[in-house]
Amino acid sequence: MKEKLIHVALTILALSAISGLALITAFIFKEGVPIIVQVGLRNFLASSDWYPTEGKFGIFPMIVGSLAVTVGAVVIGVFFGLGCAVLLTQFCPPRMVAVIKPSIELLAGVPSVVYGFIGVVILVPLIRDHLGGPGLSVLASSIVLGIMALPTITSISVDALQAVPRSYREGSIALGATEWQTTHMVMLKGARSGIVAAVILGMGRAIGETMATIMVAGNTADVPHSLLDPVRTLTSNIALEMGYAAGKHREALFATGVVLFIIIMILNTIAMTVSRQRVRKAVAR
Amino acid sequence: MKWLVAVGILVVLILVVSFGLGRGGAATLNVIGSTSIQPFAEILAQEFNKTPRPFVVDVQGGGSTAGLQAVANGVADVGMCSRDLKPEEAAQFTATAFAQDGLAVVVHPSNPVRNLSLRQVAGLFAGDLVNWKQAGGEDRPVRLITREEGSGTREAFQKLVMGKTRISRKALTQESNGAVKELVKHDPCAVGYMSLGLVGQELKALKVDGVAPTAEEVVSGRYPLARPFLFVTKGPPGERAREFIDFAASPIGRQMLEREGLVGAR
Repeated sequence: MKEKLIHVALTILALSAISGLALITAFIFKEGVPIIVQVGLRNFLASSDWYPTEGKFGIFPMIVGSLAVTVGAVVIGVFFGLGCAVLLTQFCPPRMVAVIKPSIELLAGVPSVVYGFIGVVILVPLIRDHLGGPGLSVLASSIVLGIMALPTITSISVDALQAVPRSYREGSIALGATEWQTTHMVMLKGARSGIVAAVILGMGRAIGETMATIMVAGNTADVPHSLLDPVRTLTSNIALEMGYAAGKHREALFATGVVLFIIIMILNTIAMTVSRQRVRKAVAR
Repeated sequence: MKWLVAVGILVVLILVVSFGLGRGGAATLNVIGSTSIQPFAEILAQEFNKTPRPFVVDVQGGGSTAGLQAVANGVADVGMCSRDLKPEEAAQFTATAFAQDGLAVVVHPSNPVRNLSLRQVAGLFAGDLVNWKQAGGEDRPVRLITREEGSGTREAFQKLVMGKTRISRKALTQESNGAVKELVKHDPCAVGYMSLGLVGQELKALKVDGVAPTAEEVVSGRYPLARPFLFVTKGPPGERAREFIDFAASPIGRQMLEREGLVGAR
């Protein structure tokens, strides 16, 4: 009897979480799709004119902005995150791992406003004074988001590298390969699909971040031409104007959400497919 | 069994808290809207709440348009709006102007420019003047800082300065007076605009058409960038809303606003 009760209770809890997701999805699409139809999909995605009070809704600069910032963040995140993961799994005494790994994971717990604030106070003036431009830029937000994506990329890459069977490594060393050769020719290859998943999840983190981006990106609704130009991302477009928007403007912001939603869904699907392949391979072994 | 007890306690707690909040909510007059008006309304509310009444005033930001929306769907009793109502809004709401505010054009203190004509300000923000040399300053690029689309301050600026011309899309967009201030304070190339009452000591507010941006010049009507601060209600204000709005227009309220750098409505 009790067993059954718990079973039902857990099912209800699980379903309510899923129905919450379904509700959000339905709501975003219901609010956002009509305006896309009205403006025309091509116009909405490819036009650079974002003048919501005049009824011109083109989110091309924001799409470019989101992609630019995300690519920048991933480059930085992968460079440091993968480096960290390789160090932690291949070259590092266990005692050091015990210090480094938790501290990287701790980064994930820092609120994004704090990242944004540090970005505005330290990073932005540095860029403005030494590299020129307004400081609020693609570069600044890439660096901030790259650091924010570090924990995701590092911990998943570490898991992937640890999942490579020990015999691979031992075999390679026994054949006379150096540690570095073993690392990049055997270990990284073996963990490839897991690392790809890590990168894509890191991307998801970067593209979805809002608060920190609003603070350091400058939010100019114009296509950036260099790393030092300010930029507006899809998320910050929504958050910036949400409070004020009414009528069609509001719908256009929901439509921005639809585009973001689709981009993130695509990224997550890729990540899931890739990591499932990894599991299948492991099972086949 | 233990966890069932824990869940039970949690549920009871949630119920108690939400009922408590609900009861508290019944006795407030919600004032929501423009972030430019918010600090002044908060000062007024603080004083207003000192006198015991069956209700207290609660002030929240969000923006002019959001304030109007909140009034329209009944979330707020009074909206704060820092621009003139549009025709379709005027039909729906009753607005009471309780103060006048100047819009200040602000630059970094190290910027030698002291005065700009209205046309120069429009030229800067349209992106036509790209170097301070063109506006009588040093050889530095101009960095525009604007507010987000839909902000009351932006709409007032658009109407008073730009007219039909668009604000350049190259302008950096910030979401509050505070964020604009923070940027201009640290960037010698920057120019922005904000509520006159919020400029403070760290920025330089420029003369416009030779008229200094001061409360006196706003009153005299000579400073060209003046806008009304409105309290907005759906239909004629109710008894409680009336009491608060009257307080803002009373001699005490007016004195408090003037001390903060605002000017009473003409």
